[in-house]
Amino acid sequence: MSGRKTFGGGGAGGGRGRAGQTQQGKDGQQRRPMFRRRKVCKFCADKIDDINYKDARLLMPFVPERAKILPRRISGTCALHQRKLRVAIMRARQLALIPYTSE
Amino acid sequence: MSRKYELVYLVSPDASDDQVAELHTQVDDIVQRLGGQIENTDNWGRRRLAYEISRHKEATYVLETITGSGDLLKEIDRRLKVSDLVIRHLIVRIDEDQEVIERTRTKRGEASRRRRTVRGLPPERQPGEGQRGEQDDDRDDRFDMTEDRR
Repeated sequence: MSGRKTFGGGGAGGGRGRAGQTQQGKDGQQRRPMFRRRKVCKFCADKIDDINYKDARLLMPFVPERAKILPRRISGTCALHQRKLRVAIMRARQLALIPYTSE
Repeated sequence: MSRKYELVYLVSPDASDDQVAELHTQVDDIVQRLGGQIENTDNWGRRRLAYEISRHKEATYVLETITGSGDLLKEIDRRLKVSDLVIRHLIVRIDEDQEVIERTRTKRGEASRRRRTVRGLPPERQPGEGQRGEQDDDRDDRFDMTEDRR
């Protein structure tokens, strides 16, 4: 049910994190005003140049439970790094370092 | 034309250590014969597979870095496909990617040095410099998996 973000307000920012959570939560008393945290590409911010398929620890956060690749709109990864990430994940999957599906 | 490749192969868990070593020598043979060179070999040992491959739940991973021609790697690919012990393998060309990574690194280093000299700072970052401000939670804006649990 309840969508995880309101569409329309999104635009470039998109809804994630606190914004989404506050909306989902029951109309609480100390609900913050709509606040969207700026999303930053993890790889740009941490200066990870090499998105390597061998590094399953790095890739795991980007394939949540269903083992699908997490879309950019949620993870905030920049286009360049998302492309590299995708290739790395696909390779890691071939080597059974990362699952294709969850059961 | 010599290129750099990475070869990862998964050896069936039924194989003994000798057989794994034997496979390595086989690969080495082909590489030698076709004028290539193994630069590095890394045995990751036995690992759990993320999914079953022909009913195996774990496998021995071996990583080899090879320089050589495309034909050489083609031959290795063919041989590994035939091999019963190797349950999965992957060959990736890495020289171009490494170059790109190297380039972005030096570029970033240079840019930072240039900015710093413009600001009248020593070109290298000093230890303990650039402390975080109090309300500066820039760590928090990165995706860390704890969110988005729908």
